[in-house]
Amino acid sequence: MEHIPLNFPFLAAALLVGISFYIIIFKKNLIKLIMGIAMLASGVNLFLVSLGYRAGGVAPIYTDVPEGPMVLSVPQALTLTSIVINVAVLALMLTMVIRIYRHTGSLDSEKSRKMKG
Amino acid sequence: MDTLITHSSILIIAIPLLTAFLTPLIGMASKKARNTLLIVSLAFVAFLVFALARDISINGIHIYTLGAASPDLTAPKGFIVPVRIILEVDGMSILMGIIWSIVSLAAAIFSLSHIASETGQNRFYTLLLLMVTGGFGMMFTGDLFNLFVFLEIASISGAALIAFRTKFADTQEGGFKYIVVSAIASLMVLFAIGLLYAQYNLLNIGALAQAIQYTTPDKIALALLVIAFAMKLGAIPLHMWVPDSYAVAPAGISAMLVVSSQVSMYALFRVCFTLFGVTLNMYTVGWIVIILGMLSMFIGVTMAIPQTDIKRLMSYHAISQSGYMLLGVGVGLAVLGDPNALATYGREAMSGGIFHIINHAMYKGLLFLTAGALFYRVGHRDLNRMGGLGHKMKLTSIFFIIGALSIAGIPPFNGFASKFMIYESVYQFNPILSAIAMLVSLITLASFVKAFQSAFTGPPLPEYKEVKEAPKSMLIGMGILAAAIVFFSVFPGLIVHHIVDPATNALINQGAYVNGIMGGTP
Repeated sequence: MEHIPLNFPFLAAALLVGISFYIIIFKKNLIKLIMGIAMLASGVNLFLVSLGYRAGGVAPIYTDVPEGPMVLSVPQALTLTSIVINVAVLALMLTMVIRIYRHTGSLDSEKSRKMKG
Repeated sequence: MDTLITHSSILIIAIPLLTAFLTPLIGMASKKARNTLLIVSLAFVAFLVFALARDISINGIHIYTLGAASPDLTAPKGFIVPVRIILEVDGMSILMGIIWSIVSLAAAIFSLSHIASETGQNRFYTLLLLMVTGGFGMMFTGDLFNLFVFLEIASISGAALIAFRTKFADTQEGGFKYIVVSAIASLMVLFAIGLLYAQYNLLNIGALAQAIQYTTPDKIALALLVIAFAMKLGAIPLHMWVPDSYAVAPAGISAMLVVSSQVSMYALFRVCFTLFGVTLNMYTVGWIVIILGMLSMFIGVTMAIPQTDIKRLMSYHAISQSGYMLLGVGVGLAVLGDPNALATYGREAMSGGIFHIINHAMYKGLLFLTAGALFYRVGHRDLNRMGGLGHKMKLTSIFFIIGALSIAGIPPFNGFASKFMIYESVYQFNPILSAIAMLVSLITLASFVKAFQSAFTGPPLPEYKEVKEAPKSMLIGMGILAAAIVFFSVFPGLIVHHIVDPATNALINQGAYVNGIMGGTP
């Protein structure tokens, strides 16, 4: 890890968020839209978890601690919660898309939408 | 009783959560027992909310620290920042709590017969109670990350409830739009929370408010939070999901979704006033909120005019009405740094906006429930094909009139009381804004006269010969909200003095919120 610049994960997170917003706004296929949201979630999770990274830090388990800085476990806890929530959200979205496909026979957001105006 | 009040804030969140997972078990044994459990638990929660409201009006901000030796011990010995999960309930939170408890109780009673013919009712009530949990959690939490978690709980259960009647294609579309918007908004909230946490290592709103510096990442976080909550509350450039989702949801859920959008508005105000508060460039942010409000108000009402679907029409009015709240509170936000202007009109504008939140939740909830009763008896939502229903559904039409007059701001109804406070105070800030607000109110009246005329008046139509008055539980649900409207109309001064003014003070007085958390650690 020594040779990777410290802000490298943040750039990756920003890139993921940028790409996913492009997908969410411009793609017409509902499954691709869901993939965009999954990528957005991964970008945010990567950002959160890289906040908690300290070079050479150790896990905050108090028995038999080696020397060196201890990592605060809050960002990891946040990321874990966020991952769990996003699994639920993605599963719900996919079930709804299956229902939409059964009712309308299309996954194109222009063709399958019924309500306008 | 004292113990009950000390622990009431966590009980208000925990009781619906536990009942949510009890309902399917009990529902397998007996439907009647399940329905009783649902109503009793929601009624008990409403009782706790009112008891807590009384306690807050006497003793000030209510703090509850989970897992601490005593509930008000926010920071353990040796710590200078709060580390535990903390619930903080002030005047503004409890105002939202009162609204949410009344509307969810009315919606649950209404749904008893509204969804009686559907399959999977046990799951419906589980989701309904989870949504109640999420809403209360968002109002009462003193912690940004828990705000995100409860936002997600409310959104997921809300989306599942919108899409509950899977036999219709449009419900799936409405539910999908809602969950997409909610997922994007809540991920933006999470990103903003990450930005704030990266700088201050804090998640508690009160502690963050004390530490915040208003650096560039803070500004980005503020922008993300404002966009995300504006998206969730359906302010105009981000409103496209509102009519689709509200219109297709079961009617009780539409009424609850209105309040759930207002809870997002509460989160927006909490972020602007309490989290950023005096460090903020209030004039700019205030004007952004005002412009969002004006756009919502005007475009919402103009989009409502051509609608023929009764619930779609009401949904556009919901957008339009939320503009009034944003306008009122936005004016207060814009003059927050100027004590003179705040005292002359800013405080009154904010009280008007906040009072309008209560009134809107009641009358828009009632209108959605009457629309649900019509749908239940008639089988469609098309205004052009309805007519003469007032002969058969007398009580429903009376409830509709109460709601319609109130939303149009006709004196002496409660909609007039709050709108008048907004007109009067906003006029001193900027007369043009006030004039547009009055114009919008007139168009609202015209639109509801049209809706009433096409649904209820005229000769009885032969195809609706079989139509009867709505079932009893629906009438009780509508009656609760109608009674609340009449009560607010008769005693507006009482409500403003005891509920609305403390909420306004809670928003303006950032220091009290911070002291509630940090008070023990000088």
